[in-house]
Amino acid sequence: MFEIVAFYLFAILTVFMFGITVFTNNALYALSSLAAGMIFISAFFFLLNADFLGIVQIVVYTGAVIALYAFGMMFFDSMSEVKEKIQNPRLVFLFSGLAALITVVAFLSPIISTNIISDYAVHPEYGNTQDVGVILFTKFLVPFEVAAVMLLVAMIGGIILAGKKMDVSYSELSEDEIDALESSNEKDSK
Amino acid sequence: MSLNEYLILSSLLFCLGLVGVIRRKNLLMLFFSTEIMLNAVNIGLAAVSHFHQDLTGQMFAFFIIAIAASEVAVGLGLLILLYKRKNSINLDTLQNMEG
Repeated sequence: MFEIVAFYLFAILTVFMFGITVFTNNALYALSSLAAGMIFISAFFFLLNADFLGIVQIVVYTGAVIALYAFGMMFFDSMSEVKEKIQNPRLVFLFSGLAALITVVAFLSPIISTNIISDYAVHPEYGNTQDVGVILFTKFLVPFEVAAVMLLVAMIGGIILAGKKMDVSYSELSEDEIDALESSNEKDSK
Repeated sequence: MSLNEYLILSSLLFCLGLVGVIRRKNLLMLFFSTEIMLNAVNIGLAAVSHFHQDLTGQMFAFFIIAIAASEVAVGLGLLILLYKRKNSINLDTLQNMEG
């Protein structure tokens, strides 16, 4: 009973929050509703006995990803309404939906009749976190290391891409110097 | 609760993200929609993992989260670079070729 009530409550909340993210014109509303939706999604992981995944979801998504977006949005004029020329091409929607459906059917049809045997069974006596740790550091060690290298590469890439021309600190300059810098930057971009 | 409810929810959220990806013209909003799609897939994987008593689904979900984090880092760096150059992150202004 508890599971059913919690599932439907969080399902409605998540769909509503992500609906706001997809359909709103305000970047700030989109960001905060995305953060709320991410936290609500972690509730499903707790319902599904994937406790560690739920914690990781909260820490990584709402802690890191949303914070990164919030910092990124400081570079854009996020307070103004997002101006978009949306023409809603119905034919494109229809065809992309059909393409997605065909892809799913093509991947599922060979395995739908076969009996699925579990490769790495859950050990209820371990508890979820320990179970995940055992599998992750024995069976999935190489992908784990590759993911670590990928995160390092992404971090260096992000710093190099975003950190260009950031050697000038505006807080140490006077108003006139900032104006001169801005006008020279505008000339460069044109 | 059965597996079907979770899979239906997962596909519903995925479709919501897909609509956002097709419909949005602002690149930041497009990034948000891709995050929604990645999260929807994670729900499906965790549900399959729970109902088949198999940890492989959860492992996949962990790697998807790692990929999402690195995608955001590189993507936002590129977005900031683009904004400095074009002063806009709208997809319509990215067309350089006449066609």
